[in-house]
Amino acid sequence: MKIVVCVKQVPDTHEVRIDPATGTLIREGVPSIMNPDDKAGLEAALRLKDEVGARVTALSMGPPQAEAVLREAMAMGADEACLVTDRAFGGADTLATSTTLAAAIRTMAPDLVITGRQAIDGDTAQVGPQIAEHLGIPNASYAEHIELDGDALNVRQQFDEATHLTRLSLPCLVTAIGELNQPRYMTPGGVFEAWREKQIRVLTRADLALDEGDIGLKGSPTRVKKSFPKALKPAGVTRRHLTADEAAQAIVEALKAQRVL
Amino acid sequence: MNTQDFSGVFVFAQQVDGQIARVTFELLGKARELAADLEGEVTALLLGHDIAPLAPSLCEGGADRVVVIDDPALRHYATLPYAQALSAAIERYRPAILLFGATAIGRDLAPRVSARVRTGLTADCTELAIDPQTRGLCMTRPAFGGNLMATIVCPDHRPQMATVRPGVMRAIERAPVAQPRVESFQPAIPPPETCQLVDVVRRVAHEAELADARIIVAGGRGVGSRDNFALIESLAAALGGSVAASRPCVEAGWVAKDRQVGQTGRTVRPSLYLAIGISGAIQHLAGMEESDFIVAINRDETAPIFAIADLGIVGDLNQIVPALIAGIGEARQNG
Repeated sequence: MKIVVCVKQVPDTHEVRIDPATGTLIREGVPSIMNPDDKAGLEAALRLKDEVGARVTALSMGPPQAEAVLREAMAMGADEACLVTDRAFGGADTLATSTTLAAAIRTMAPDLVITGRQAIDGDTAQVGPQIAEHLGIPNASYAEHIELDGDALNVRQQFDEATHLTRLSLPCLVTAIGELNQPRYMTPGGVFEAWREKQIRVLTRADLALDEGDIGLKGSPTRVKKSFPKALKPAGVTRRHLTADEAAQAIVEALKAQRVL
Repeated sequence: MNTQDFSGVFVFAQQVDGQIARVTFELLGKARELAADLEGEVTALLLGHDIAPLAPSLCEGGADRVVVIDDPALRHYATLPYAQALSAAIERYRPAILLFGATAIGRDLAPRVSARVRTGLTADCTELAIDPQTRGLCMTRPAFGGNLMATIVCPDHRPQMATVRPGVMRAIERAPVAQPRVESFQPAIPPPETCQLVDVVRRVAHEAELADARIIVAGGRGVGSRDNFALIESLAAALGGSVAASRPCVEAGWVAKDRQVGQTGRTVRPSLYLAIGISGAIQHLAGMEESDFIVAINRDETAPIFAIADLGIVGDLNQIVPALIAGIGEARQNG
């Protein structure tokens, strides 16, 4: 069984701060991490590998430094890694990104593709289902449990008010959520191998035979018109050093003023 | 692609088990404004099986017309049949704009459809407007975990597709419609051979309750334990409000997932939001900052929640909440 897991290198958005003077993101000092949902997807692939045997390929699209998450993926247990990188891919929106990743995945002919539900920097949750559409395979989003059953995959999908049990024939694509599992740590031996011994395969535009009009900025129907820091509402009142009764009284008065009481 | 060939504002009218999702009416409310700016019409696309009786309520909520796609394959939501039906509708009706709720269903369906018809899609928008110059749709959404807002346009492709965060747009007052315009569209929806919905297990749903709540009492990590969460429940009961929580409480198993407010939970907009022991990570703020009045109780004076609270109390929730419950009881008696 061949499994491709898409992993994205993202800034840890919990650590992102905005420069109040310029309204731009302060990127310095913000650690880059493997996107959490993708890590759950990788763990799911590694468990299938442990249980039934599988060859797991970690795939990432991004600048050359994104290889760090691919090394991490191999240190966790992925057999090989592939980085899709080219200046021509820059500025891609989700449609151009999914087109490019789908082209890379097609060369690998996997039985199963796993992506995270969404990346914490973009939060779109679009690339997974879009890859499946480009590949012409079924997808099951929001997987909280997966189980291989012959040449099919049974997936428990977490929708807002219901859980869907879906059976997909292979090949198919699954998007993983954090509830799927608890990802394992890298092993010392894995770390050594991943950084010292293993190679990362690099795919560029020339390798993927993609039309100029389908990739990068040109292949992106959407454009960012502007970005700006979120408008903050006017500051309220903060009260300190009150006794519990004084604090309760202050809240009761506010609730009366708001006509809640 | 000639963008002039596409017109009208279309809304995917999400229904589950014959219940129209609340966000559908919010989308119709916004669609009315957009259509007014474009001097166009609002069409609701209603997909399902035996759902025709739901159509008039969509007209009452703001649709000029409802297109019903009724097919046994659409009885329950499943990605491929729904994507097939919707893509056929796009081909047939050529909408300029197509809106979805940013629900689990909307965020699964919309990307699949956008890839099929090869157009742009903007996720989880919190603001939509028509650019008066280009007459294109400006879609504004939070990025980088809510640290930054970005306005996205889709200049040369149609339809312009967006998913819209529930709880952000305002539904219009429903008004009876004498002659609702309802038409049926029946594209071929071959049953997918590669994918089969085996079962749908409904979980207990609090969506309507939290989304409708006028008063929400939310607890965070500072509450400390599952047992201590009873304090939050007592306060909610005293105020006649609903209980909510931030993500750490859900992950710790103190509270059910459907009580979670924030980026990966619900977005709420109550008259009163009490944040207790919630530090105010940007992901949580994204789900509640539109509340009319926010009260925060936290021990840590530097907690970000105080930056958006209308009234912040720096102190120990274990002391203050019981005093507050007593104070509310007294106020009610004297009121």
